[in-house]
Amino acid sequence: MAENTVISAPKEKEEWFGKKERKLLTDPLNDNNPVTVQILGVCSALAITTQVYPSVVMAIAVTLVTAFSNLATAAVRNYIPKEVRMIAQLVIIALLVTIVELFLKAFNYVIWKQLSVFIGLIITNCIVMGRLEAFAMANKPWRSFLDGIGNGLGYGAVLIIVAVVREVTGKGSLFAGSPIEWKIIGPTSAYSINTAAEGSWFGWYANNNLMVLPTAALLLVGILIWIQRGYNKKLVDIS
Amino acid sequence: MEAINVFIKSAFIENMVLSYFIGMCSFLAVSKTVKTAVGLGVAVIFVQAITIPVNWLINEYLLIERGIFGLDLTFLRFILFISTIAAMVQLVEMIVERFSPSLYNALGIFLPLITVNCAILGGSLFMIAREYNFTNSLSYGFGSGFGWALAIIVMAAIREKMAYSNVPPALRGLGMAFILTGLMGIAFMSLMGIDPALYMGLKK
Repeated sequence: MAENTVISAPKEKEEWFGKKERKLLTDPLNDNNPVTVQILGVCSALAITTQVYPSVVMAIAVTLVTAFSNLATAAVRNYIPKEVRMIAQLVIIALLVTIVELFLKAFNYVIWKQLSVFIGLIITNCIVMGRLEAFAMANKPWRSFLDGIGNGLGYGAVLIIVAVVREVTGKGSLFAGSPIEWKIIGPTSAYSINTAAEGSWFGWYANNNLMVLPTAALLLVGILIWIQRGYNKKLVDIS
Repeated sequence: MEAINVFIKSAFIENMVLSYFIGMCSFLAVSKTVKTAVGLGVAVIFVQAITIPVNWLINEYLLIERGIFGLDLTFLRFILFISTIAAMVQLVEMIVERFSPSLYNALGIFLPLITVNCAILGGSLFMIAREYNFTNSLSYGFGSGFGWALAIIVMAAIREKMAYSNVPPALRGLGMAFILTGLMGIAFMSLMGIDPALYMGLKK
């Protein structure tokens, strides 16, 4: 986590959106995924993924906080004494999280209620802190901003994959609670596939309640890691 | 009596790691050997038992409307809580170093790492959400820290044994840790229906 802090960025020609910048955005999606490779930000990835809609909101919130805290920290990195950098970083993060929380409370109270403490826990979400320590303290603001967005998206990708599986198998719906709610399979006529209908092919089907429980998220992330490392051999035996 | 109830509930039934999945990052990263797991577990109990009552005092006397300032300052909660935790960790580190160098050496790097353990901040936020009083928040601090330590020590013991098993290469390490934690969570779910208040005669 802390080994990169002393290395300053090498002098080179500045590009706004060259190859390196693109790599910052795409790398965290697979090869350097924050959840499945770096083991960062696992807590919230497990607890809130019962439904897709809150997961999307959470992914956006984390992306914004990571991006802007990276930007702010990179901008002031040369003025922070090494001894108090933790507290300085935490104050920046806490400020941004408070803004996000108040914003969400004002504009989407239901989701705010559903996410409860997990919005506050973005402060201690290791992705934010980890990226600040490993990247923003040693790089220029614009790159740090892109790195923050990339890592937020990598985190969001895992979140949404897990949430889709859990919501469809556990509740039989998709995007429940949002304007584009789709009820897929269930025992009433409100669902696209009505399991209780006369002569239905899916009379045997019942929602799997295990998927709604948080333990299912752990098993799913475990399987996701298994699949990812099965395809991406260089990740095997990282930790 | 109610404090004992809160302790049992927070340590076993509503275990931080195994039923809320808070504090997972360090739980997965540091549970490779039992020795380090014990060190981190003890440190978490320590800090949790101190920060939760302190944060209770801050919330009760400074932040809410009937406090000293008579203003609703709850929007400052995150910043104050995380600063308290950072300061407390620093303070605990200094006190331990002064009075028990052997314990300080045993805990080593784990003490400063605790600042960013979500179980600590999560504990304080849960304490607010559940509206505990002072004694209950004290016992909640002890209980949740104890539950976290218990979980990480058990997990480390299992992972040490796993080294001798034949796991598929892609699942080795992190993948297996996730699945093991999931299975442990299912085992802890069997405690969920228990209500200690019922056995202690607090509830009819």
